[in-house]
Amino acid sequence: MTAPALEAVDLTKTYGSVEALRGASFSVHPGEVVALIGDNGAGKSTLVKCMAGAEQPTSGTIRFEGAETRFDSPTDARRRGIETVYQDLAVAPELDPAANLFLGREIRRPGVLGALGMLDKKAMRRRAAEEFGRLGVALQSIDVPIGSLSGGQRQSVAVARSVVWASKVVFMDEPTAALGVVQRERVLDVIRRVRDEGVAVVLISHNMPEVLSVSDRVEVLRLGRRVARFTAKDATLEDLVGAMTGALHQEEA
Amino acid sequence: MTAATSVENGGQLKRRSLGARLVTANTFWIALVLVALIIVFSALAPNAFPTVFNFQRLAIETAVLLVLAVGMTFVIITGGIDLSVGSVLIFAGMVSAKTMNALSENGSAIDAGWGVIIAGLVAAVLGGLVWGFVNGFLIAHAKVPPLIVTLGSFGAALGAASLLGDGSDIRTIPTTLKRALGSGTSFGGIPNLVITAAVITLIAAWLLHTTRFGRYTFAVGSSQEAARRAGIGVTAHLLKVYLLAGLLAGAAGFMSLAYYSTTGIAAHSTDNLNAIAAVVMGGTSLFGGVGTMLGTVIGVFIPAVLKKGFNIVHVQDYWQMIAVGAVLVAAVWFDQQRRRARDRL
Ligand SMILES: Nc1ncnc2c1ncn2[C@@H]1O[C@H](COP(=O)(O)OP(=O)(O)OP(=O)(O)O)[C@@H](O)[C@H]1O
Ligand SMILES: [Mg+2]
Repeated sequence: MTAPALEAVDLTKTYGSVEALRGASFSVHPGEVVALIGDNGAGKSTLVKCMAGAEQPTSGTIRFEGAETRFDSPTDARRRGIETVYQDLAVAPELDPAANLFLGREIRRPGVLGALGMLDKKAMRRRAAEEFGRLGVALQSIDVPIGSLSGGQRQSVAVARSVVWASKVVFMDEPTAALGVVQRERVLDVIRRVRDEGVAVVLISHNMPEVLSVSDRVEVLRLGRRVARFTAKDATLEDLVGAMTGALHQEEA
Repeated sequence: MTAATSVENGGQLKRRSLGARLVTANTFWIALVLVALIIVFSALAPNAFPTVFNFQRLAIETAVLLVLAVGMTFVIITGGIDLSVGSVLIFAGMVSAKTMNALSENGSAIDAGWGVIIAGLVAAVLGGLVWGFVNGFLIAHAKVPPLIVTLGSFGAALGAASLLGDGSDIRTIPTTLKRALGSGTSFGGIPNLVITAAVITLIAAWLLHTTRFGRYTFAVGSSQEAARRAGIGVTAHLLKVYLLAGLLAGAAGFMSLAYYSTTGIAAHSTDNLNAIAAVVMGGTSLFGGVGTMLGTVIGVFIPAVLKKGFNIVHVQDYWQMIAVGAVLVAAVWFDQQRRRARDRL
């Protein structure tokens, strides 16, 4: 097997006296969907934040494409092809879907006007429409404020925004939480598509059937530590629940 | 997801029609109000109201306020507020007048030439930028609420201006400046002051609506968190926006100097509220993230047209204040309704 796209070894993270991570390890390979599961407060979001540059681990190592590294900021991680869909989305509700998709990565006009900072809105709208079409995001129009969309549509846009730019790794923290059946299927479909393009996908979810259907592997976090790893097709619901609750314990450390 | 749905959506996302976009825009409705006012006053006073002279006066009298409101538009779109603009205008005018007088023989700039006038312009702009920096630094870096910061600089800038002028106005303004910018005209009668304000407004509209700077201004006002996660330097951007407001207040101070030929220490105490009212009437949301420069231009003209119109049809001035208050409250109510309708999921 090739080197993992991203690997965390023995990460710890403390907030004051709270130990959110206590030696957590994790790895994901290119073209693979890994589900990261665990009970509430197990440290999933914290682990993702540490691997996406949003937080700095207190100790431990992060390897990106085989080489030890650190991400100084989310921007730093994004520059290297690592994108994140956060649990709380964070979109700009007054801006339209195209503007949100290109936020921080605006296309400028060619020539002098572009050098002055002038945007090529047409090109951005066109590309946004293409990408939304490709990813199966259903929108009535491309220029309504995103705040007026339904919760599911908004979430789809947030997912699309990360996926479009992710060339190496994409983290999704409960991307299907607020979604209806159809929208949920769409997001899962997007996940498979992105994986097929060779991107490493990390999915956090509390929905076990969903986890088993979409992921290739499952890593289980409990009390800030990885306690088990499964190949999804060999794992059962009982295995996952057992690992999350502490009934089943595979790994030392 | 099936092939059918992806075809259905495949790259076919349309913009809404122009009509659909118009009726949902606050600016559209407030423009209708302005047009209605002009029609009503024109009907009531067909010989006095719709005249070239009258519109020329209207444009001149709103030019300085327009420049302040342009800066305020950026600030309010970020979700902030700037109460200091009127005081900064006075401060910039005072620094400018002081500079020009100091550079002239026997301390009076009345006969000063262009070299001194340019120095005065630079001083005014710098004077505005200083306060813009103070505001921006405290708001963006120290995270003090904009209302408090600019309430402080509202008083402090006026105090500083009064100290500089020893409590009284400076009236020794270069005649050349008064003639050129204050009362001069170009292109067959268009006042230079109006041209200046129009050019500033057009550049600002371009900046707000077509550039990345403008896009970030909306993004920061819409959701600071989203902007930050998208890699936008929110702190630096806020600082720039308040610097821009300060710069424009400085420019307005220089224009005011040219037009009124005095630093007018006592004359601008409600400029801040007038600028805010204009911006908000123009459809810019006090909650941030929404606004247009065209709306601000219309919002500046509504109180002015009301005032002129009431004067011409001999209704007491005081009614104008009441009418403006009503339009302002209606505009904010409208924005709230729109927001509530949108946020209901
Ligand atoms: N910024 C913070 N300050 C203090 N404590 C924190 C912070 N972030 C996380 N924690 C703590 O770290 C622990 C792990 O939190 P985390 O959000 O990573 O859990 P999670 O697995 O994502 O849970 P959930 O399934 O509820 O999203 C929790 O006890 C939480 O209270
Ligand atoms: Mg979480």
